[in-house]
Amino acid sequence: MSAGARRVAIVGGNRIPFARSDSAYAHASNHDMLTVALDGLIERFHLEGEQLGEVVAGAVLKHSRDRDLTREAVLSTRLAPETPAYDVQQACGTGLEAVVLLANKIALGQVDAGIAGGVDTTSDAPLAINDDLRQLLLDLNRTKSTAARLQLLARLRPGQIVPDIPRNAEPRTGLSMGEHCAIMAEEWGIERAAQDELAARSHQHMADAYERGFFDDLVNPYLGLERDQNLRPDSTPEKLAKLKPVFGGEHGTMTAGNSTPLSDGASTVLLASEEWARERGLPVLAWLLDAQTAAVDHVHKREGLLMAPAYAMPRMLDRIGLTLQDFDFYEIHEAFAAQVLCTLQAWEDPVFCKERLGRTRPLGAIDRERLNVNGGSLAAGHPFAATGGRIVATLAKALHERGSGRGLISICAAAGQGVVAVLEA
Amino acid sequence: MSDRYAQLVNAPLASQIARRLGLPRPVPLERHQPGDPVIRGRVLLGGAPDGRLTGALAAILAAAHAEVASSLQEPLRSTIADAGLDATVFNPDAPGEQRFKALVLDATGIADSTQLVALQGFFHPTVRRVERCGRVIVLGTPPADCSTVREATAQRALEGFTRSLGKELGGRGITVQLVLVAPAAERGLASTLRFLLSPRSAYVSGQVIHVTAAEPPATVDWERPFAGRTALVTGAARGIGAAIAATLARDGARIVGLDVPALAGELQALAARLGGEALELDITAADAPATIAAHCADGLDIVVHNAGVTRDRTLAKMPAERWSELLEINLSSQERIDDALLDGALRSDGRIVSVSSMSGIAGNAGQTNYATSKAGVIGRAQALAPQLQGGRTINAVAPGFIETQMTAKMPITIREAGRRMSSLAQGGLPVDVAETIAWLAHPASGALNGNVVRVCGQNLLGA
Repeated sequence: MSAGARRVAIVGGNRIPFARSDSAYAHASNHDMLTVALDGLIERFHLEGEQLGEVVAGAVLKHSRDRDLTREAVLSTRLAPETPAYDVQQACGTGLEAVVLLANKIALGQVDAGIAGGVDTTSDAPLAINDDLRQLLLDLNRTKSTAARLQLLARLRPGQIVPDIPRNAEPRTGLSMGEHCAIMAEEWGIERAAQDELAARSHQHMADAYERGFFDDLVNPYLGLERDQNLRPDSTPEKLAKLKPVFGGEHGTMTAGNSTPLSDGASTVLLASEEWARERGLPVLAWLLDAQTAAVDHVHKREGLLMAPAYAMPRMLDRIGLTLQDFDFYEIHEAFAAQVLCTLQAWEDPVFCKERLGRTRPLGAIDRERLNVNGGSLAAGHPFAATGGRIVATLAKALHERGSGRGLISICAAAGQGVVAVLEA
Repeated sequence: MSDRYAQLVNAPLASQIARRLGLPRPVPLERHQPGDPVIRGRVLLGGAPDGRLTGALAAILAAAHAEVASSLQEPLRSTIADAGLDATVFNPDAPGEQRFKALVLDATGIADSTQLVALQGFFHPTVRRVERCGRVIVLGTPPADCSTVREATAQRALEGFTRSLGKELGGRGITVQLVLVAPAAERGLASTLRFLLSPRSAYVSGQVIHVTAAEPPATVDWERPFAGRTALVTGAARGIGAAIAATLARDGARIVGLDVPALAGELQALAARLGGEALELDITAADAPATIAAHCADGLDIVVHNAGVTRDRTLAKMPAERWSELLEINLSSQERIDDALLDGALRSDGRIVSVSSMSGIAGNAGQTNYATSKAGVIGRAQALAPQLQGGRTINAVAPGFIETQMTAKMPITIREAGRRMSSLAQGGLPVDVAETIAWLAHPASGALNGNVVRVCGQNLLGA
């Protein structure tokens, strides 16, 4: 944060366990899940009846009825109804971007405390009516005479009954995120074994973290789930090696095991100024030091769809005078194991760092032992907008446990975007 | 003139039958069109450890806006980064679906026969990934310039590799070359690498090209390299000569087309088409050198000795006049014309390119006179090259089976055999010879001197 700005404290977080799509939360709506996650946080930090500066959250897959989803969720919680709220949307960057937006207002003194979060469901997905039918119905609504209406109705066709199902595809390329990542994996020569190893470690780390109670004050049970449903403590590279590729054709290296599954869930983070937290005797887990968003041209310049964090990182590090090696923890969102490995490879590559990032030297390698030490999205699952909140709260707590240190967050998002941030304790 | 066999076996049904029967199925070769990039498709750049050319290759590829990939090895990636080349990554252990239009290996680091395994290491995982009409280029050090016997041995060994690989890949229209780059000669490599990567070298394969140390011009116009330059082309009225004139004119040259008065009509039509001049004379005439020199007194940049005839007869039936007439036209007149031009008209960075023939290398029954003249052309290029001062160069091209009016008149069996007996399993086109000459005559090709480059699709004869 710039000079003169207030320090921004991460007080704590709360989320519901993440569920696999069409499973435990099949009938829970975004509104339901966000409300529950918020209420858990409110209870944990005794915010009942409190009027906060704001609540900011978002969802990637939204129903048209979910206008002002966050505001409506706030009204369903025990926060004071006078707490303002708004929605943001930046694909998988939504959660972290929400944290950054709120943090900036706190830093500037515009608000003292607030909640940032995100929610997504791929089960209770918004089905829209077929666009042809929609146009027809709108035309019908605009038409006054009965004859003209009948004429319009004659345009009805059976095919128009098929609804528009939201697809996990890039509007400008028609490729799914997995297909895009498979192109990146191929371009960076990412081997299958490395991806499976990263995935297995993610499960093992998260299982260990649950075992030692790390998530006890970060996760509240919901609809019968106490832990993330996707978590497989017994996952090994050998087991993962048996899966067939799902992206990148028959020679592809990406499987259902080293890619995140579609998931449902919600997460929240409580941010505050130092004074606000101190007045209430609340802990400060970590401080948000800085953040950066970047985007790449995946359409015309053919940069990898999920490579934007690689660009965002040096801009932020240069601004705060740190190197990639100056961190005790690295939280790199595991959208796909290949995305993590491509990003790390890019930071080590002299060509990428010079030609694409305009740097004389590579950012270099990180200590892999410090990567996603409490598990990542491959283990937890990845309800798009809820991932940022999960990672911020997890990293803040890890830093708090350590007592001091710095942690780095890197989250890739659809449409060629990425958000990175630094936490410090 | 059209290759009906090639058209037939590339038609859907016949292609399947030809495959079943194991017949050669020549690939339609890609050829350069004005405005085309140097190369369409990805180039894989590799280097044996301690190679000295990787940086230069990367810089040339960057300047040519080529799409390039390399393995993630160091110092390869740092060298590529220093050259300003934005190369993607190829990992042979996770190759995916990657395909390449060209494989380029800097083999200058191979200093011992035990290190030749680098050839297998680079090409084995990649050779099947080369697209149709792709390019394979290996760069080495001339054995004579090697510092140890072992290095010279290993570098000489590269030739056996490239010539064999050319025969393995020719069926897919892929060409394979060895470029031997003298020490400190990498600055003169650009025109050669560009030519060999591009479809301009469609019918050149299995060649060994020597690049010597020479300072390239400060600026090069790669689109119209001959702008402001004048080229004399002998035998320009038809066939290969007309293609040479057209290609040089396409690249900006002002053409002085020369041919015998009997072909004046065709020659003048060509000159009118290209906006050049027609010079009708018999090059064997005693005053021809002086006439040409006077005509080109304003200065000449390029001389292409293309004029040539055949007067086939077995030696037992070969009368003296038949022998002498051919030698005069094909060789002796060239010597006299060059003498006159080297005295003044040919500029200090002038280029002489002579058209030899595969027969001059391999020999041919019934062509003792012709092969003698064409072998003499080669000898002349090799002997004159080291004597040329300043930036002047002389090189020769040796066409193999080129589809012309001459070959169209051949008996079908000989014609078919001529077409198929090469790695590319087809005849070349006059433009293939012309493109090769344009490369040797290029202002940036001062590092090429005394080369003999076959344009024969790696013909089996004399290889």
